[in-house]
Amino acid sequence: MTASIKSAAQSRAQNAAPEVRVGVYVCHCGLNIAQTVDCDGVAEAVAGLPDVVVSRGIGYACSEPGQREIRNDIETHGLNRIVIGSCSPRLHEPTFRQMLVAAGLNPYLLEMANLREQCSWVHMKQPAQATAKAHDLVKMAVAKVRRLQPLIEPKLPMTRKALVIGGGVAGIQSALDMADNGYEVILVEKQPSIGGVMAQLDKTFPTMDCSI
Amino acid sequence: MTDAGRHPGIKIHTLSEVVDIKGNVGNFDVKIVKKARYVNEKECTACGDCAQVCPVIRPDEFNLGLSSRRAIYSPFPQAVPSAYVLNANECLGNNPVVCSKCLEACEKKCIDFHMSDETFTEHVGTVVVATGLKPHDPRVLDEYGYTRFENVLTSLEFERLVNAGGPTQGELLRPTDRKQPKKVGFIQCVGSRSARRGKPYCSNTCCMNTVKSTLVLKEHYPDMSVKVFYVDIRAFGKGFEDLYTRSRRQGVHYVRGLPGHVEELPDKSLRVAVENVGTGLLDYYELDMLVLAIGIEPAESTNRLQEMLGLQLTSDGFFLEAHPKLQPVDAATRGIFYAGCAEGPKDIKESVTQASAAAVRAIRLMQSDQITAEAIVSEIDPELCNCCGKCAQVCPYNAITVDPKNKIPAKVATAACAGCGTCAAECRFGAITMNHFTDRQIYDQIDAMLEEGAKEKILTFACNWCSYAGADYAGVSRLQYPPKARVIRTMCSGRVDEDFIWHGFKKGAPIVLVSGCHIGDCHYIDANHWTVKRVEKVRKKMEKKGIRPERLQLEWISAAEGVRFAGVINRMEELRQTVSEKEIAESIALLEK
Repeated sequence: MTASIKSAAQSRAQNAAPEVRVGVYVCHCGLNIAQTVDCDGVAEAVAGLPDVVVSRGIGYACSEPGQREIRNDIETHGLNRIVIGSCSPRLHEPTFRQMLVAAGLNPYLLEMANLREQCSWVHMKQPAQATAKAHDLVKMAVAKVRRLQPLIEPKLPMTRKALVIGGGVAGIQSALDMADNGYEVILVEKQPSIGGVMAQLDKTFPTMDCSI
Repeated sequence: MTDAGRHPGIKIHTLSEVVDIKGNVGNFDVKIVKKARYVNEKECTACGDCAQVCPVIRPDEFNLGLSSRRAIYSPFPQAVPSAYVLNANECLGNNPVVCSKCLEACEKKCIDFHMSDETFTEHVGTVVVATGLKPHDPRVLDEYGYTRFENVLTSLEFERLVNAGGPTQGELLRPTDRKQPKKVGFIQCVGSRSARRGKPYCSNTCCMNTVKSTLVLKEHYPDMSVKVFYVDIRAFGKGFEDLYTRSRRQGVHYVRGLPGHVEELPDKSLRVAVENVGTGLLDYYELDMLVLAIGIEPAESTNRLQEMLGLQLTSDGFFLEAHPKLQPVDAATRGIFYAGCAEGPKDIKESVTQASAAAVRAIRLMQSDQITAEAIVSEIDPELCNCCGKCAQVCPYNAITVDPKNKIPAKVATAACAGCGTCAAECRFGAITMNHFTDRQIYDQIDAMLEEGAKEKILTFACNWCSYAGADYAGVSRLQYPPKARVIRTMCSGRVDEDFIWHGFKKGAPIVLVSGCHIGDCHYIDANHWTVKRVEKVRKKMEKKGIRPERLQLEWISAAEGVRFAGVINRMEELRQTVSEKEIAESIALLEK
């Protein structure tokens, strides 16, 4: 275990660039965010935070032109940490992680600030306070992204064999489907025969044929 | 059934039970105990010569005791494997003086009294749980007289009676006089939809099963009077309504109301008293036979398997799926899937659909000889580990092994770790790093948030799966609430370390809100139980220190509860306004002592 932790730490040291260079993008999401939050103002306000190299507002970060702009910045400015203030990470985190991979970065070097679902949409009548909150959220994301480390999804061996517990109609169907696709199946049934309750039924709806 | 028996890719172990499962997705070691059959499964041709000479007569389980079998028997004619089985508890034994008649009768010599139970291990990558159901025992509802009156049957017994392969070759006969009944009644919802007796849920299949049975009766005996006593008929599936209408059209009498009383008449007929909800009158019906449409209950093996595999159950006792809409056949534990009534009452079509879905979900993992594991997992530094064992105790996935007695440091089985971070929150020695949600990262977030104007801010922790999603839902619904909360997302509320809370107060937070999934809905099995314990502990300490414990709040908010999230933040804001600058400063002073 000691060895594996060290090697993980070593590999991390190799992957992590020596200097943290953060790019911050505050998405307007059309008017979804921008009509309540002063997106460009927020971008400007966080530009001076430590390690922030680029900070700007962006029309639609998730759109192809938006992503291209960020990818170009990654290349031009050597960015290695990305903050996107936009919608919920539950929506577009996978999108932006893929963008990082496309730009040659580890997908886990991304942090999102939820400026839409948890800010502009819920404080529509308080633009100043919403902007202050957005500023905090982006600032928190910058604080976190500076500490993020590349993560590697480990690969594990997969035994291509399945266990089915129960030999009723469901167990039988699952076993057949998997076996027909070429996987070995172990079907365990505690009764002396498979069939389950289904085998006890007479005509079954809707075909009214025998259940066996 | 025979397809499964013949398939070269399927190895069937009957009379077998899984007694232990160890390991994780991709590599489960399954210990199976196979009881002795005392008949060589491969050699037996099911000729039946042995049963003919067997002197022991016992009730036949397959026909629910409506017929008899011998101590050596075939479970039913189409059984797979089609081998006989000997019940050692009933058999007179391998004693030539007493019996051993079957041994002599078996030409192929496939009966072996020396066979013993076998225990063996199978190594598999995925598991499909298809443990089925237990039919409701209607003796609980004594007013229906099941077992007191012989002509009261369960719907399953009725199935055997009308089955061509059943004890009466499909002819419906009354148990008491072996005569064909002229008037048959069905009582619905026996053991279902009653919080008082039986189960509170709808068993899903009994309405249509009864409708089908009435049609079978009308087909065979057009003159028979058939009555159904019901609360309401749930004919919700494809083609169901059509079948129901057909049954009504053929003269089946549907009476709205469940009988309150059944009595037996001298000729063993039954007199049923029922309040007809439609007319408001108390009606009496004389019937020759009464069938109870019994409900579906979780299989007896459910609890044992749940513990063995670390699965969750719903309040009804069936297995709980990972997500009711988007992952309806997945267990929260990766690599385990549900099929059929194990997950909830369902009919054959639904069981088959779910079984195919479970197969595909399993194949999705098995299609490659490698799988990608979760990257957001915890890591333990053995040098910092104090071997206290707390992390292993709180891990919902049993992913951590540690030996406190022999001081062997804790170790995480990365494949089993789901990344909730409860272990890291419990570790008092800083030995556990929860990747992507490290202590350092979260402290920095708190610092950034509270750097300026801390008094105005509600430090909120929200779990990714429920409360954070609930906050998103409030946004999607455009619910307006005070702009004071700042959310820090963690995967689970179990990740929220006691020290995060203290740190927040030290940095001047007026209110700290910890939010997560409702108890029982935790995405990480039961990790939020530890959240409760921790929050309670911190509040007690706050009280001792002289800090108002109300300033730490715990709320459960589900992904669908946007309204609740907005309501909670409104409440937090009211609470925040009660915290003065002075109070905050005093707390900071107390904590920095």
